[in-house]
Amino acid sequence: MGLKLEIANLAKTYNGNPVLRDCSFAFDRGQAHMLLGPNGSGKSTLFRILALLEKPDAGTVKYLDGDYLLNQELALRRQITLVLPTTGIFNASVFHNVAYGLKIRGVARGETEARVAAVLAAVGLAQKKFHRALDLSSGETKRMGIARAMVIDPEVFFLDEPTASLDPANAEIIENVILTMKRQRKTTIMMITHDPAQAQRLGDQLLYLKDGKIVPL
Amino acid sequence: MNSIADGFTRAFGLMVTLDPEFLQIVFLSLQVSGTALVLATCMGLPLGAFLALRRVPLRGLALSLLNTGMGLPPVVVGLFLYLLLSRSGPLGFLALLYTPAAMIVAQTILALPIVASLSHAAIVSVDPVIRQAALTLGATPLQETLAVIKEARYAIMAGVIAGFGRVMAEVGAILVVGGNIAGYTRVMTTTIALETDKGNFELAIALGIILLGVSLVINLTLRLMQRAGRVGSAITSWA
Repeated sequence: MGLKLEIANLAKTYNGNPVLRDCSFAFDRGQAHMLLGPNGSGKSTLFRILALLEKPDAGTVKYLDGDYLLNQELALRRQITLVLPTTGIFNASVFHNVAYGLKIRGVARGETEARVAAVLAAVGLAQKKFHRALDLSSGETKRMGIARAMVIDPEVFFLDEPTASLDPANAEIIENVILTMKRQRKTTIMMITHDPAQAQRLGDQLLYLKDGKIVPL
Repeated sequence: MNSIADGFTRAFGLMVTLDPEFLQIVFLSLQVSGTALVLATCMGLPLGAFLALRRVPLRGLALSLLNTGMGLPPVVVGLFLYLLLSRSGPLGFLALLYTPAAMIVAQTILALPIVASLSHAAIVSVDPVIRQAALTLGATPLQETLAVIKEARYAIMAGVIAGFGRVMAEVGAILVVGGNIAGYTRVMTTTIALETDKGNFELAIALGIILLGVSLVINLTLRLMQRAGRVGSAITSWA
């Protein structure tokens, strides 16, 4: 069951431009939250703050497991993950890329191999396990990025435009994976998309970032 | 022309018969330069990584000093090290002057800026999204650093090769602090210089061939490792 996330009075300014202003919201656990908004409205910045990659200028981010506040940063970072718009590919095999999150957590080799095989099958890359990751197509790279995040079994799964510029077949595979995580694992999903129809298909809650604040649709 | 041909003939004789003096010089060269390269890499790689990945005061000055150090004149390094290690110098009590250890120190000083500076350049050229990817997957700061260094490994290897080229070909510093003592601190480059001065070309030519051969073999090996890593990273083992 995913974590609950509460933000209060978040503010962030870039180069003198305020992108988040007194932004507060509570995201329910186990729900899929779809965030829409125009380019430059601060969606990615908000996600980077929520994923603990950046600090806000003001305000607080709280992760709650039930009523229990999680405040150990590394332990918390290991329960959440963010799939970036650009997949940072390690110069290694698909297997090594996907196994990275497990390797740094000290997961045993046998369990790692089984978990990697399962997620690669889920994203349709089982046959590419030993291929060089840098040789994958853009659609396959996106899917590998999803698999790499999925394999660590996050409680909160942030996705920043995971299907942007993908063909319908690749987008459908990724959507199915997201739906599976939501339904079977009850993972808290947070996703940025520019496609209202996709937001309707995947989301429990549709949100819009306007003037630096989150507005439910 | 005859003396050159004669020199080559006798040089091959030295190599084929595994002349003990010849072998001792070759092994000492490899020992001194190899140790210096290992030391320079152990210090230079973390230094380059630190300057590349951490915002520290005076970083620009440190990088300028390292870049200047890449062109350090070996004789000047030898001179300063001599002054430090000579009996009246501040480190004279160590009694290192005219020992292989002093030669290792000299070559380490020469190789360190090259390895550190080229490691820095290799690491800063890694796409920043790699660091972010490692962080999003739960890496600690150390694991994040190691992930970036791993991405830069082939370019770092090129820096190590450059450092090796520098120390293997170096003659000025080790001549000053090693003293070119037969059977103790005489290495390939100092022997070539000495024997050429004396007009004994056969040993100089034999050592020249070995020097070129060693450099070629090591460079080819590292190049093959780089190529195998690029092409075959897909089938490397888990560890």
